[in-house]
Amino acid sequence: MTEKKLTKGNIALAEGAIQAGCRYYFGYPITPQNDIPEYLARNLPKCGGTFIPAESEIASINMVMGASASGKRAMTSSSGPGISLMQEGISYLAGSEMPAVIVNIMRCGPGLGGIAPTQGDYNQAVHGGGHGDYRNIVLAPGSVQEMFDLTIKAFELADKYRNPTMIIADAMIGQFQEPCRLVPEKPVEFPEKPWALTGRRGREPRLLKSLYLGDYEQEEHNLLLKQKYDEIQEKEVMVEMQRLDDAELIIIAFGTPARVAKTAISMAREEGLKVGLIRPITLFPFPTKQIYEHSKKAGKLLVVEMNTGQMVRDVRIAAHRDASISFYGRPGGGFPFPDDVLAEIKKALDGGPR
Amino acid sequence: MYYDVIMAGFGGQGIQTISQIVALAAIRRGLNVTFLPSYGVEKRGGRTNVTLVIADEEIGSMVTNHPRCVIAMDTIAVDKYRDQVARKGLLIANTSLVPESMLDRNDITPLALKCNDEALALGSVKLSNMIALGAFLQKTKILGFDDVEAVMDEVTPERLKHTIPANLEAIRRGMEIAGNGTV
Repeated sequence: MTEKKLTKGNIALAEGAIQAGCRYYFGYPITPQNDIPEYLARNLPKCGGTFIPAESEIASINMVMGASASGKRAMTSSSGPGISLMQEGISYLAGSEMPAVIVNIMRCGPGLGGIAPTQGDYNQAVHGGGHGDYRNIVLAPGSVQEMFDLTIKAFELADKYRNPTMIIADAMIGQFQEPCRLVPEKPVEFPEKPWALTGRRGREPRLLKSLYLGDYEQEEHNLLLKQKYDEIQEKEVMVEMQRLDDAELIIIAFGTPARVAKTAISMAREEGLKVGLIRPITLFPFPTKQIYEHSKKAGKLLVVEMNTGQMVRDVRIAAHRDASISFYGRPGGGFPFPDDVLAEIKKALDGGPR
Repeated sequence: MYYDVIMAGFGGQGIQTISQIVALAAIRRGLNVTFLPSYGVEKRGGRTNVTLVIADEEIGSMVTNHPRCVIAMDTIAVDKYRDQVARKGLLIANTSLVPESMLDRNDITPLALKCNDEALALGSVKLSNMIALGAFLQKTKILGFDDVEAVMDEVTPERLKHTIPANLEAIRRGMEIAGNGTV
């Protein structure tokens, strides 16, 4: 077995990008994700890669688009306001079906907000953010190991579906350290890119665009994208499920709240309370089926987020109609302690939804 | 086995260093570890703290508000974390800087440790964190001196390698004081 090294979340992500074959990084500094560009500035050139400190986030995402168009694996990372500035570019990537990995180590907002951990950008990542009828693939690491593994997965999914893929993590996941295996679990996949703009000599010209002005052209394009999103929903859901067999209450959480929930669930179990966990690892595709099936059986759900209630809407859509759904949220840099979640477990078991 | 500890003080006291040592030594023992440092607006002399969780099972939460142990290297740290220590838990306070009157909880084990004075007696106040680390090892028994000794080389930057023997001596001194129950 490979030795595990005590590694910071952001560093595991950056190293994951290198090992995924990412050779182009463009970014503009912002806390709490600065470890990523710092690491890549030092290490990307060593493996023949290019690191460009861009003049803005708008420039970053458009440089990513350029590198992606040429068939290269490219990434940018930012936080809050920086990600907002990138939304136009992300929409263009989605429209032109270009792969890219965009990392958001979330800081609290709205506006300039603060640098404390949050999950306030769930809606932005999962339900658009940019204009038009599109979906990002969205991954939500819950450990340092997943910061590494899911970054590799993000590049594979982006290429496989020619779709922008976002990794969103609260700043706690970005900043804390855990033992991490810094080698891929299996060989990294590199799909062929018969669409990439590599110089047309000896072949038919290729075109990447997101402009469709002809009659029904855009509709046709949207329906093709929809087909792709349906396929992603069908095939790519990743979810961790714990202690569901006898659960009367299921906590649904991702990132730090899911970690805290695990401890709270152990405490609850010690008191004889039957509580389980569903942790979405992909936020799009969302584990709709799993939540439906298990909510039918358990009857009670408790959604814990570090915001005022964003993923809980998707849970409401997914859950069985008879399930009662409680929500506990800590926005703006607040985060739950295990005791807090335990108290909410008891409330939810006693009183049902609020 | 499950153990959590918050180590806190001001920048320069070596909180991050002893946390790293404990974390690495625990990993070498095959244990799971989470290491959550304070982060953000960092500057010399600013606040610094680390939450460490060590367990032989999967670690859920990396945050805790009832740690089994707090190592508080200055008054502000005692003030902030004293009341959080779990009942029957351990509070190691650097009483070179903290008035003993602040350790006034009777449902925990307070350990008054004059880290700076003991460190000075060994030749440098910079060893004060190692005194605290020694006491932590002695009182908690989750790791032994050998475990820590084995990772000293790895955590010590090249330019400071010559300080390893003095650091080890300070750890032994911390263990000795805590072992004697001298307060």
